[in-house]
Amino acid sequence: MQRELIKGNEAVIKGALLAGCSHYFGYPITPASEIAQAAAYYFPLLGGTFVQAESEIAAINMVYGASGAGARVMTASSGPGLSLKQEGISYLAGAQLPCVIVDVMRAGPGLGNIWPEQGDYNQMVKGGGHGNYKNIVLAPNSAQEMCDLTILAFDLADQYLNPCVVLTDAYIGQMMEPVEFPSTRKQAPYKEWALYADDKTKSNLVTSIFMNTHLLEEHNFKLQDKYNEIQRTEVRYELLNADDADIVLIGYGIVSRILLNVMENFRANGKKVGLLRPITLFPFPIDIIGNMAQKGVNFLVAELSNGQMVDDVRLAVNGKSDVYLYSRMGGAVPSVKDIEEALSQYI
Amino acid sequence: MKASVLQKPKAFYDKFERKGGSQLETTHYCPGCGHGILHKLIAEALADFDMADRTILISPVGCSVFAYYYFDTGNIQVAHGRAPAVATGLKRVHHNGIVISYQGDGDLAAIGGDEILQAANRGENITVFFVNNAIYGMTGGQMAPTTLVGQKTTTSPYGRKPENEGYPIRMSEIIATLEAPVYVERTALIDFKTINRTKRAVRKALQNQIENKGFSFIEVLSPCPTGWKMTPPDSQKWIEQNMIPYFPLKVFKDISDSATPFTYTDRTYSDSEVLNILGLSQLGERKKVDQSFLENFPTQNMKIAGFGGQGVLSAGVVMAACAMNENLEVSWIPSYGPEMRGGTANCSVILSHHRIGSPLTTNPNVLIVMNTPSLDAFEDDVVKDGLIIVNSSIVDREVKRKDVDVIYIPLTEIASRLGVVAAANMVCLGAYLEYTKIMDYKLLYDTIPIALKKKSLIDLNIKAVDEGVKYIREHYPRS
Repeated sequence: MQRELIKGNEAVIKGALLAGCSHYFGYPITPASEIAQAAAYYFPLLGGTFVQAESEIAAINMVYGASGAGARVMTASSGPGLSLKQEGISYLAGAQLPCVIVDVMRAGPGLGNIWPEQGDYNQMVKGGGHGNYKNIVLAPNSAQEMCDLTILAFDLADQYLNPCVVLTDAYIGQMMEPVEFPSTRKQAPYKEWALYADDKTKSNLVTSIFMNTHLLEEHNFKLQDKYNEIQRTEVRYELLNADDADIVLIGYGIVSRILLNVMENFRANGKKVGLLRPITLFPFPIDIIGNMAQKGVNFLVAELSNGQMVDDVRLAVNGKSDVYLYSRMGGAVPSVKDIEEALSQYI
Repeated sequence: MKASVLQKPKAFYDKFERKGGSQLETTHYCPGCGHGILHKLIAEALADFDMADRTILISPVGCSVFAYYYFDTGNIQVAHGRAPAVATGLKRVHHNGIVISYQGDGDLAAIGGDEILQAANRGENITVFFVNNAIYGMTGGQMAPTTLVGQKTTTSPYGRKPENEGYPIRMSEIIATLEAPVYVERTALIDFKTINRTKRAVRKALQNQIENKGFSFIEVLSPCPTGWKMTPPDSQKWIEQNMIPYFPLKVFKDISDSATPFTYTDRTYSDSEVLNILGLSQLGERKKVDQSFLENFPTQNMKIAGFGGQGVLSAGVVMAACAMNENLEVSWIPSYGPEMRGGTANCSVILSHHRIGSPLTTNPNVLIVMNTPSLDAFEDDVVKDGLIIVNSSIVDREVKRKDVDVIYIPLTEIASRLGVVAAANMVCLGAYLEYTKIMDYKLLYDTIPIALKKKSLIDLNIKAVDEGVKYIREHYPRS
């Protein structure tokens, strides 16, 4: 199929609708608003529902209701909105409700500004709300992946009964690139545990409350088992030029695009530089990093945050090799040259 | 009304298994509490209407957090105050469902104040039961938004003082001011008369939803002997003497009879309809493109800059789409954040046979400047032997660099002569392709429509491309 030149944020919505998503609840925020706007335009045309909620909190709770009702449902926002949604995400994770949450990251803390950053890594990858839970987190780095990973997010969310986050940044959201869309629409699966307002499902209970400490502990262990299974089976990454690499660059989202140029330029000069791009941030590609570290490969982690992802890299490396951090914040996105200069110190 | 008072309503479970423990036939509510009575009135109504199977009951945070122990309906437990938002999600999925939001005063009037107001204001087709007992029961008798002035609670130990805590909030009165709600009534649970009145209100509120009439809100003044530290009879008296004077029992709004019922249409869409609606059906198959064209294509790292309104962003989109149609990789990103310099709008466009890394062209090999600030801002960034296309109608100086190729073309003048100043960007693209020969300029014809809102201007824009080509042939002929 021929490709459409489309913004990443809009590709999310076309992807979502092709994934069988029927409900969108959201609140406008730069730089994610094109997602809500595209949803407002397309969902009603396909018999779906778009509601602009009164708040981020209401939006995520509408998602909770629609998910409990068995629908494929999504919301999208940016950092300040995600901070507000954390309560609801904790409830979704606790009640094991599937949904898709897109976070088009902007710079913080506080109101910060609307330019790209990756400072939401910890709040989205590590849980973010109260309690012992994790989101599945996918990190697209192109408009094509904004579509593809949104579709995958719905499948993973339903498979694992867990919120699935598409964690991206203002550049990936605002950029236009060619996208090839699937030519068929998926059907939202029937969910035996959900509430369909009928006699067959009325004995179902959607809840995150367990008054008995033993039952709640059991529930928590069950959740951890699920996260362990996700860690075992769902790791996704892109690895380039790693076989003979002395140092491997690690970055996701827009940073990985810049790192691709950095790697190519160094390789052109005969320097043995590789690139690892995590596509899943939880589950994080721990094993591949650990294996490379074992062989003495060093790492340069580039992120638009204060060393959030680098912590996961260090845990995976476990002291076996050197891990360097190139960190930018506040909406400042490095040029290829900026990172090349940083890398030169380590090679 | 065939329900018998001596019978457990059929919309309750026979045994409250979810409650656990040994007493599976009694509720967890304290003696004299109003929740049990209201639960029963709702369960009786659901059974009599034969609606229990279609019902989804929302258990809030508060004493009624365990409502799901009792109701033989679909059950969902939610975060504090968020029940009306969850109800919105549920009802928007199951139009045929009967969605009940059952909330206490802290839940509904304090932490969930916005959710209830906005759900009411949207006129969600749901039923809300609001239990007002002027106190937080579950957490140990703290002050509620409905706690009366002077009333002592564990967090207003000297009595509620308006100067510190404000006045008790009258939710029914507030909800009734909104346009959308169809039925708003406050009742009480203190004697046969008020309980009977509540029973009628419960039934009407549910009936409204069954008939798709919209949002109904029933506030119930309910005793909390434990929280108030009173006997059940004293609690009933206290409601009568203290609460009802402040929270009058009445119908605040009732347009049930004249409300236009919601109509829902559910239909499915075929794949071809879906693709059509998403604007994907016209894409067709990919073009067959000569492999040598792709392999020999020189990567274009473009920066197009000018004033807002000069079409610099759409020029980038048209160029990118045009190259995409030839199976090249492309990216387009508008000027954004730290990229903004010298008050110009600009976009980075990359056209390449190879996978594109950073979409930001910090060092372009093609710079198109529509105004002077853009030339000032980006001239130094252009790579050696790069190309700068200057809109000489507006840019008032020459390019200082000696190591780059420069074209001066009066883009604005040429476009003005065609009668559309805004087409200067297309004049430019025509000139660019004719000068560089990276692609046939006629390929632009097909992509111009995607950047034009006014389809009547397509022909003029195609003409603009041709004029750009003509200018290059006349002034920058290549042997």
